[in-house]
Amino acid sequence: MNSTVKRIAVACLAMFALLMANVNYVQAVKADKYSEDSRNLRNFYERYAVQRGRITAGGKEILAQSRDTGSSEFRFVRQYTDGKLYAHITGFFSPESASGIEAAENKLLDGSSSDLLLRRSIDLFTGEPTKGANVDLTINPRAQKAAYDALRESGKRGALVAINPKTGAILAMVSLPSYDPAELSGTNKKQVFTRYDELAKDKNQPLLNRAIGQTYPPGSTFKVVTAAAYLEDDDSRGPNTTVEAPQRLPLPGTTISLPNYGGAACGAGQVPLVFALEKSCNTPFGSIGMELGYDKMKEQTEKFGMGEQIGVPMSVTQSDFGPEEDKAALAMASIGQRSNRMTPLQMAMIAAGIANNGTVMKPYLVNKITDSKGDSIEDADPQELSEAVSPETAGKLREMMVSVVNNGTANLAQIPGVQVAGKTGTAETSDNRPPHAWFISFAPANDPQIAVAVIVESGAANVGAEATGGHTAAPIAKQVMEAVLKN
Amino acid sequence: MSEMAATPVPLPAKRRGAQLLMLALAVGIVMFAYANVGLAMDGKVPAGMLTYGLGLGGFMLAAYLVLAKWAPWADPLILPLVTLVNGIGLVMIYRIEASKAPGASATNQLIMTGVGVVLFAITLIVLRDQRALQRLTYTAGFVGLFLLISPLIPGLGKSVNGSRIWIGFGPATIQPAELAKIALVVFFAGYLVAKRDVLALAGRRLLFIDLPRARDLGPVLITWAVSLGVLVLQKDLGSSLLLFGTFIAMLYIATQRTSWVLIGILLFVGGAFLAGQLFDHVQARFEVWLDPSRQEFFDRELGGSAQLMQGLFAMGAGGILGTGLGEGHPYLIPLSFSDFIFPATGEELGLTGLMALLMVYALIVERGLRTSLAARDPFTKLLAGGLSFLLAWQVFIIVGGVTNLIPLTGLVTPFMSQGGSALLANWILIALLVRTSDAARQPPPQAIQNEGLTQVFQR
Repeated sequence: MNSTVKRIAVACLAMFALLMANVNYVQAVKADKYSEDSRNLRNFYERYAVQRGRITAGGKEILAQSRDTGSSEFRFVRQYTDGKLYAHITGFFSPESASGIEAAENKLLDGSSSDLLLRRSIDLFTGEPTKGANVDLTINPRAQKAAYDALRESGKRGALVAINPKTGAILAMVSLPSYDPAELSGTNKKQVFTRYDELAKDKNQPLLNRAIGQTYPPGSTFKVVTAAAYLEDDDSRGPNTTVEAPQRLPLPGTTISLPNYGGAACGAGQVPLVFALEKSCNTPFGSIGMELGYDKMKEQTEKFGMGEQIGVPMSVTQSDFGPEEDKAALAMASIGQRSNRMTPLQMAMIAAGIANNGTVMKPYLVNKITDSKGDSIEDADPQELSEAVSPETAGKLREMMVSVVNNGTANLAQIPGVQVAGKTGTAETSDNRPPHAWFISFAPANDPQIAVAVIVESGAANVGAEATGGHTAAPIAKQVMEAVLKN
Repeated sequence: MSEMAATPVPLPAKRRGAQLLMLALAVGIVMFAYANVGLAMDGKVPAGMLTYGLGLGGFMLAAYLVLAKWAPWADPLILPLVTLVNGIGLVMIYRIEASKAPGASATNQLIMTGVGVVLFAITLIVLRDQRALQRLTYTAGFVGLFLLISPLIPGLGKSVNGSRIWIGFGPATIQPAELAKIALVVFFAGYLVAKRDVLALAGRRLLFIDLPRARDLGPVLITWAVSLGVLVLQKDLGSSLLLFGTFIAMLYIATQRTSWVLIGILLFVGGAFLAGQLFDHVQARFEVWLDPSRQEFFDRELGGSAQLMQGLFAMGAGGILGTGLGEGHPYLIPLSFSDFIFPATGEELGLTGLMALLMVYALIVERGLRTSLAARDPFTKLLAGGLSFLLAWQVFIIVGGVTNLIPLTGLVTPFMSQGGSALLANWILIALLVRTSDAARQPPPQAIQNEGLTQVFQR
């Protein structure tokens, strides 16, 4: 019987060999496929297994942090101290996705970044669990709060961005309506997804970060760019250079003509450039645009950062001066209409560039990243994005923008004891809704600490003076500037 | 007078010391694993580690002493290997119980291990010569058959999860098929030894193979029918397959006739096809095997693939090195502490752990088959060969099932799954293997030359 016993032994070995081969197949070859399966709860738990780092503002104010629940399934859950106020900055951390800083700095927050390799290696030896890095933002909590409250008071949708012109650090970034990130960061998938669907379908788009994710026609605020191009084109020009300011500007190749806002006259038909800006006349800037030509206008806009792929670190939707069409279109684009589309961040960068002697700094949100032990991983390094205009031109533009606040359409932005520079805007939209109210500004004019861009959607009255844009948006910017300056 | 160049005949070594050392190593590994679970889950060594380790160590020391006294020539590897598998199973059950999986109880399993060792000892002490079982051939056959059908007896049998494979005495339940399989192996061994000549020789040659006579097909057909009965009446695919496969393997060992294997395979395929046509649950298992990840199967309540997929997810999560004991989520698999303990182990110990585990099983089987080779009489050969194959076949069916190598049929993983009946039955199986290996490795009677005419037999 020994020969058959030996054959049975071979059969048994073959069975074990098959089992071993199959176990190898399952655990080494198919493992990735299994771990990606949505029915596998493990990657879901995995998201909550690591203590994510904190997100703070100004080094102390905690915006988001992870709480230890002690459970083996959802060990660390995310908490947002003042969710709605910072929603578009922090973003949310949902069972299957994330947004805002939570998404953009995810690898550092969850500790998986290669920048944390050293920390992880040390933890491996000391036996400490891996913790994510802490992310400190450039946000000024007072400015953020002031911006959120002021914008919310308008009752409208809108956005605000405030930048430190000298560094590019973003001091405030608000988009309304907002949402509560806590609702999207729970561990109950069904509840989170239902809520997400509600928010995503909401026609007010609360999930959209309008400050960097939405472009609007900039309206008259864009006239500072046109003015910048005009001044750059010839050094001898200045605020007092006389420009043509007819009541209506005939648009070549069309039967229509461009009026001033509300059809009003602009002085005596020939006015100083500063007057045209103060009163926000359309016709002088329309003709300046046509005189300079498409290329010069577009080039000037690009010098302010338009068309640049920017991440703050969340990626910013690109602004666009519009395609080259006819002269009529160019005249319209030069006063911020037609196909001209800017993000609120881009408009803040324009204000900041003028404030910073013509140099646009790259905007950023992350001030500092430290590992769980407090050792620095990354410190913000302010970078020049571009040289938008010469310091001389910047000085002339500043002078004119101060005049706009002191003598022109933006008197509501005046702050006692502080020189404020600004420009209002009322951007008409193609549909029949009231126009958007814009305001860009910086202060103090002689030593700028803050540059702001505000848009209040449909915030201007349909008819009336150009002041309507300034009426709604300027006071909001004023409150934010005050919050920063009165520190 | 003194120039007797007595060439000493080398005696097979008992290697009791090596066995004790390996036993200590096995218990040590288990204690280490137990501490590991506590450290990973609570950050401290579990309070009961000493009681636990000493408990297992004590049982195994007792088993060792019994073995050393009553089966001193037994294979030194079998007991330590079984201890290791049994211990790893205990650790996994402890770990799953710590995650609050309903039904998992490491304490029960430890007690059952103790009872198993007692039965191991009793078997070794009472059964001094395994050939005594040959006289009980038909008794064993009837006992096995009775145990097999006992769950069908009204009032005694209990139906759990659609399978009627339990009998209950008050709160206690027993899975009699586990004990039946040993009785039936004893019966097969005795019966085949008696009939093997006629089964092996009679018949005629057709094409390339020797076919047995039609009337000799009786025993095969009866076993086949009983297996099908188990499948149909108890809905227990695993036991059915286990029983029939073991019988065919033993028939092959006894008769050396390949035709029996072919007939067996034909009967199996025919039976499986028939069952697939007639019974939804058989068909369902087959469908699930082909495409377990299909959502429709995953959602199916009865006979669905959810449990299988959870097991595969667990193994995938374990990867090459595993998550580490206490650091995965094996409790997500339904019945992770019994039928699915193998994938649960795979998550925390990884491919490395499973390969080691399969290697240990393969070694136990290999030691058993070696015993069969060394055995001196046909009954012992068949018994050892049959028991070893039974063990290998059971591991193949359940491990192959939970890793989706073959369609899933419910069986316990020997020595690892929580469940008293199976653990006790498997300890008896090991006792029988130890007993046969003691007989096989004992040196044959030798003449002591110097004693002149008097011959003394050493037993």
